[in-house]
Amino acid sequence: MLEIKDLNAWYGESHILHGVDFNVQEGEVVTLLGRNGAGKTTTMKSIMGLVPRREGHVTFKGVETIGMMPNHIAKAGIAICPEERGIFGSLSVTENLMLPPIVAPGGLSVDEIYTLFPNLKERARTAHGTRLSGGEQQMLAIGRILRTGAKMLLLDEPTEGLAPVIVQQIGRTIREIKNRGFTVLLVEQNFRFAATVADRHYVMEHGKIVDMIPNKDLENSMDKLHEYLGV
Amino acid sequence: MIMIFGIPGPLLFGQLLLGLINGAFYAMLSLGLAVIFGMLNIINFAHGALFMMGAFVAWMLLNYVGIGYFPALILAPLIVGAFGIVLEKTIISRLYKLDHLYGLLLTFGLSLVIEGLFRNGYGSSGLPYRIPAALQGAVDLGFMFMPIYRGWVVLAAAVVCLATWAVIEKTTLGATLRAATENAPLVQAFGVNVPRLITLTYGGGIALAAFAGVLAAPIYSVNPNMGTNFINTVFAVVVIGGMGSILGSIVTGFALGVVEGLTKVFYPQASATVVFVVMVIILLTRPRGLFGKAA
Repeated sequence: MLEIKDLNAWYGESHILHGVDFNVQEGEVVTLLGRNGAGKTTTMKSIMGLVPRREGHVTFKGVETIGMMPNHIAKAGIAICPEERGIFGSLSVTENLMLPPIVAPGGLSVDEIYTLFPNLKERARTAHGTRLSGGEQQMLAIGRILRTGAKMLLLDEPTEGLAPVIVQQIGRTIREIKNRGFTVLLVEQNFRFAATVADRHYVMEHGKIVDMIPNKDLENSMDKLHEYLGV
Repeated sequence: MIMIFGIPGPLLFGQLLLGLINGAFYAMLSLGLAVIFGMLNIINFAHGALFMMGAFVAWMLLNYVGIGYFPALILAPLIVGAFGIVLEKTIISRLYKLDHLYGLLLTFGLSLVIEGLFRNGYGSSGLPYRIPAALQGAVDLGFMFMPIYRGWVVLAAAVVCLATWAVIEKTTLGATLRAATENAPLVQAFGVNVPRLITLTYGGGIALAAFAGVLAAPIYSVNPNMGTNFINTVFAVVVIGGMGSILGSIVTGFALGVVEGLTKVFYPQASATVVFVVMVIILLTRPRGLFGKAA
């Protein structure tokens, strides 16, 4: 579904991605693991067209998107939940939820999103999205892209800094949307969490993919993984 | 005769009305500036020149094509707004990646060019534009006589300001606009054509200035400098209200017009400077302006 070949990206003079190669099959949940600064978030942003300069190939459903504007990539059916969550303070919770335009049929209805995240329903009338707690903002950031009908979701560290009970809720949500046929590319620092949701793991180092570990081999690869992640 | 604070009532109310009218123009102009600044991050120094263009286009429509005041109230903003869109597309959009100062210099230069062209073509003495027949005359309000046209200007300005506020605060389009002001790249990554939204915002802000220009045409004579006379005060209004605040620019615009009017009654020598005195006080006590949000 998503095929990335020799992807390079730059911020000004700094060359961040040095030829990233990986792929995500339809219906899979795939994680990018790696230390801080390895290029995981830049990879997400490069797929979405949100870096100043990128080269290489990003093919989505057989269509090359490397030269496309972010709004056209979104229309093709990729949606991002950014690391900083990107909740708008000048918009109410409901306005935040309804902001991303529908790009294809088959998204979740608002009621289904409220079923996944009952907290959001309670807080729907909150006048400023940024008044929500960190966990609620994360639910809102995920919920609003489920509405759009985009079937390829980029989730950048959705569990970062959240309480264990909310991390579990986000884990359940990822499994639920996988069952509904969504494809997920997940950036995670916490590989124990990643192991509960993902089919495969790619390991990044210095702007490159250095390894791929199927989830069933994760137990046997712990030593290797500890070395990669420095934990 | 009624006396209020030792001032004859009709004089006081007359100046109050004049203040409200000036305030109506401040509000419409600073509203457009605020919307444009929020989306484009550009301080649009050409705003006064485009306001003047609104008045001139209304005059041209009347004198060359025979189109009267009320159709001009719709047509002139559309024509000048389209001109603004062309400016944004061809020139201004090239500066978004540069420092604010470049946008300021460019729009300042544009305003000099536009005003110069009109001065060349029409001189600087001013052309008359008659009040439309339906709005001539005055009504007796009991405490003063109010020229109907002046009441109409205050009413029309208030309605247009409130409508703009409602579009920005209460509609989906407005929510997208506010979101793009906060984080344009993310909004674009959701599938919104942000460059087009920016172009339309500039066109809308300019149309608002041109609408104000048409309203102003029968009150002030139509002349190439009419924008410059207003715009200095309008920039002070924007600073006082808080850069980029929609409600702030409307409320502050009307309020400062009234403050100016009252100063004319009580201490006329200060009437030209009072707005700037207020600006200094606000900058010293609330640097983000009355309605500005903390960073």
